Amino acid sequence: MKIDKTLLDEIALSEKEYEKIVELMGRSPNHLELGLFGSMWSEHCGYKHSKHLIKTLPSQSSRVLSESGQENAGAIDIGDGYAVVFKVESHNHPSAVEPFQGAATGVGGIVRDILAMGARPIAILNSLRFGPPGASQTDHIFNGVVDGISWYGNCLGIPNVGGEIYFDHCYEDNPLVNALCVGLVKADNIASSSAKSVGNTVLLVGAETGRDGIHGASGLASRNLDSEQEMRPTVQVGNPFLEKLLIEGCLEALETGHVEGIQDCGAAGLTSSTVEAASKAGLGITIDTSKVPAREEGMTPYEIMLSESQERMILFVRPEYVSEISLIFTKWGMYATDIGEVIQSPQIVISDGTNDVAQIPIQYLTDAPSYSTNTSLAKLDSNKNTLHRPAPILSPQDTLVSLLSSQNIGSKESVYQKYDSQVQTNTLIGPQHSAAVLRIKDTTRMISLSIDCNSRYCFLDPYIGSQIAVAEACRNVSCTGATPIALTDCLNFANPERPEIYLQLEQSISGMGVAAQIFDTPIVSGNASLYNQSDSCEIYPTPIVGCLGLMPNSINPCKSGFVDINSDVFILGTDTIHCDSQSLSGSEYYSVMHHSTTGTPFIDLELEFKVQALCRDLISQNLILSAHDCSEGGLAVSLAESCSIGNIGFKSSDFIFDDWEADLFGETQSRIVVSCHSTKSQTLIEIAQKASVPIIHIGSTTQDSFQLGNSINSNIITIKDAWQSALP
Amino acid sequence: MLFGVIVFPGTWSDTDCHYAIQDVLGFQAEYVWHEETNLSKFDCLILPGGFSYGDYLRTGSIAKLSPIIQSLSAHINSGKLVIGICNGFQILCECGFLPGALLRNDCLEFRCVQTHLKVETSNNPFINLCNVNDVLEIPISHGEGNYYADPETIGLLEKNNQIAFRYSSPNGEINSNYNPNGSINNIAGILNSSGNVLGMMPHPERSCEALLGSDDGSLIFKSISQWISQQN
Repeated sequence: MKIDKTLLDEIALSEKEYEKIVELMGRSPNHLELGLFGSMWSEHCGYKHSKHLIKTLPSQSSRVLSESGQENAGAIDIGDGYAVVFKVESHNHPSAVEPFQGAATGVGGIVRDILAMGARPIAILNSLRFGPPGASQTDHIFNGVVDGISWYGNCLGIPNVGGEIYFDHCYEDNPLVNALCVGLVKADNIASSSAKSVGNTVLLVGAETGRDGIHGASGLASRNLDSEQEMRPTVQVGNPFLEKLLIEGCLEALETGHVEGIQDCGAAGLTSSTVEAASKAGLGITIDTSKVPAREEGMTPYEIMLSESQERMILFVRPEYVSEISLIFTKWGMYATDIGEVIQSPQIVISDGTNDVAQIPIQYLTDAPSYSTNTSLAKLDSNKNTLHRPAPILSPQDTLVSLLSSQNIGSKESVYQKYDSQVQTNTLIGPQHSAAVLRIKDTTRMISLSIDCNSRYCFLDPYIGSQIAVAEACRNVSCTGATPIALTDCLNFANPERPEIYLQLEQSISGMGVAAQIFDTPIVSGNASLYNQSDSCEIYPTPIVGCLGLMPNSINPCKSGFVDINSDVFILGTDTIHCDSQSLSGSEYYSVMHHSTTGTPFIDLELEFKVQALCRDLISQNLILSAHDCSEGGLAVSLAESCSIGNIGFKSSDFIFDDWEADLFGETQSRIVVSCHSTKSQTLIEIAQKASVPIIHIGSTTQDSFQLGNSINSNIITIKDAWQSALP
Repeated sequence: MLFGVIVFPGTWSDTDCHYAIQDVLGFQAEYVWHEETNLSKFDCLILPGGFSYGDYLRTGSIAKLSPIIQSLSAHINSGKLVIGICNGFQILCECGFLPGALLRNDCLEFRCVQTHLKVETSNNPFINLCNVNDVLEIPISHGEGNYYADPETIGLLEKNNQIAFRYSSPNGEINSNYNPNGSINNIAGILNSSGNVLGMMPHPERSCEALLGSDDGSLIFKSISQWISQQN
């Protein structure tokens, strides 16, 4: 076989890496073997640039039953004998190339990760990033992604309970599609992803294997997004009906207690699922590719081993139980095929039915090289950190209306009503609130979920921006009354081989780790998606953070909208209505009004922690009616949203806003707007003082006015119409 | 009194129906696999929501070929009760147990929203605990819920009091502003001519607990139970 740069490029290996492989093997690998190395050593599977950084993140607490990297997803003990499993994963490049199928199979992939933990998927959330509306491809990508998620998720009967959607120029060529799935499993029944013991049958269940998605992990996910038109065949095609059957079949099979190990076939298909399972058991595996049910004739062992056909799982079963397990899949109308065996010798041996066609020690494949980039060469642009304050171009009131009707702040209802948010009848709070809340049947618990990241802050300062991402995800969960107990993250960055980007990655992970420690929320699962850039633009560093919260079902979970008129409205976390100039750093206000993103974001994590604890305390004592954090768009937008959701007005005290831009639209962190019955105001103030959290009374709710000091005098209809007009 | 909840491959409201009927309302319910042909022990069969067979080809068209359908036909002919919810309604129409068909929503998109349903007739096994003109709050979740039948059929349905529910405002006004999918005459649910089969697009099993926003859907399951206990 001739090894040249074109071939290596096709499987995304460098010449150096090839030399290392030859050295390890003591011979030249054949084409198939090289393909296995290419996918297992890809950035996507091997985490070459991120694994040593990710290792530094806090991953343990007394609730953690399985932590990052050990299993397919993190598992958290929620009490009453149950565990929650959750993970967020990206499907960015496939969605750029083929939005509908890319996003759909992104949902499918993360659902199988959760299934591989033996858990029933109970909720999906998404974090999506697109170019500005109206840009050449945005509408095509946006509509395709939303429709793909709707099509696949709805068919599975898993509620889509929320998420976030943002638009920015930096995502124009390279959208982000991150999907988070949550599963529920009895704590004693968490499944293992290990091949477990010698002699186990390797059972491939679900769909037939086709030629789709070959080189998805190495070729598409692990390099920049150039000349994408040629990449379409690397995107997989989903079949949600089959995935639904796969869920039911696998859960029924696991119920028998005869499945020793289970793995999803995700990136790099059969290769990574079998190699990883063997590696976890310290054993080897044989695969006979001629036994794999194929979608078309004449598929080579190379194509079969690297296909990323969807809706497939691998089960490790003692031979005596294979027929019992196979019957379950027959009932659900699916294949369950014996394709190999777990062996003592720690290597993967692939046969085409006649001859052995590949043989590699497992460890060679799992020990992908680890790289750091020399960050001392990073060229830093510190100009962006000087806050630029151009003169305002609209009045405060027109500015508010303009912000409310902008795509990032405006209501996303038109998207969320395309998703079934209620199936499984656990959704107590669905999309459009700070965070979702689900009850857990047969327990005394409720969980809350949020997914967040303001990437403008991360662009200005990856360290602080990532701390804010963690703080905001936890804050949103705290606004429902739930205590944050764990995080999952998806690190979306550009090309890590560039010093500037690698530095972003380093700083971001470091900031996230510090914040996670303070909130006592271990990062139990995650995914890194690098090379998110095209020839013409690179994305902002976008470390998406998903937060899981827990609360007893005796608590009345809190929503974001105002509930009643004549309620008192307070801000927790500050004793002044004013914000300093710095609060406009990276603000939505400057982005919308002036297309400008400058300054230095700031957060006081100690204050943040206290504010969140206070908010939860007030909710658990039934003292407040609503809670909504101040994030993009600042105080004015937060109030307008609470009014629009609740269909209730607001009138502030007689404030004079000297610097109305900062006061109304500054994004000072650690602020939560709450409302309460006026009879409870005094108690609320006393509790806040006792907790040493600053608090300020800012006004009260009204029938239909919307009035803010000397700056804004409008009404709820104008406000709500603006907020609802953002997306068609 | 026993409810049977029919499970096709791809059905997903089966567990929601079972939970609402048994755990929330305290009636007895059993799952029935679509290959089952002996249905004699069930008083009322539920065809729940979901995507039976992925709804490939056309909603309900493959479910129609399931072994259970013949027995379901006998169950209906014997006067026993059947309620089809969402995909179940689509299957009942596809099988010819109810007239008409469910087309794609006129917005051409999936819709999961809270809706209000005006009760049009209550003298039947399914809605007898309600009064005509009552308004129930029950959500929809479908891409193809746009009820259609030819004018003659619609005329007969209207004349024979076979319209069970119409989409309405919270106060019971019926006009296109409150029609989420383009259904003719805002039709959300219909009865067969004998009155023992109900098909409806909204999901009553999702509104059986105040915790979930509404418990109006429980009136349907309670009505069924009451009607059957009065028969026995």
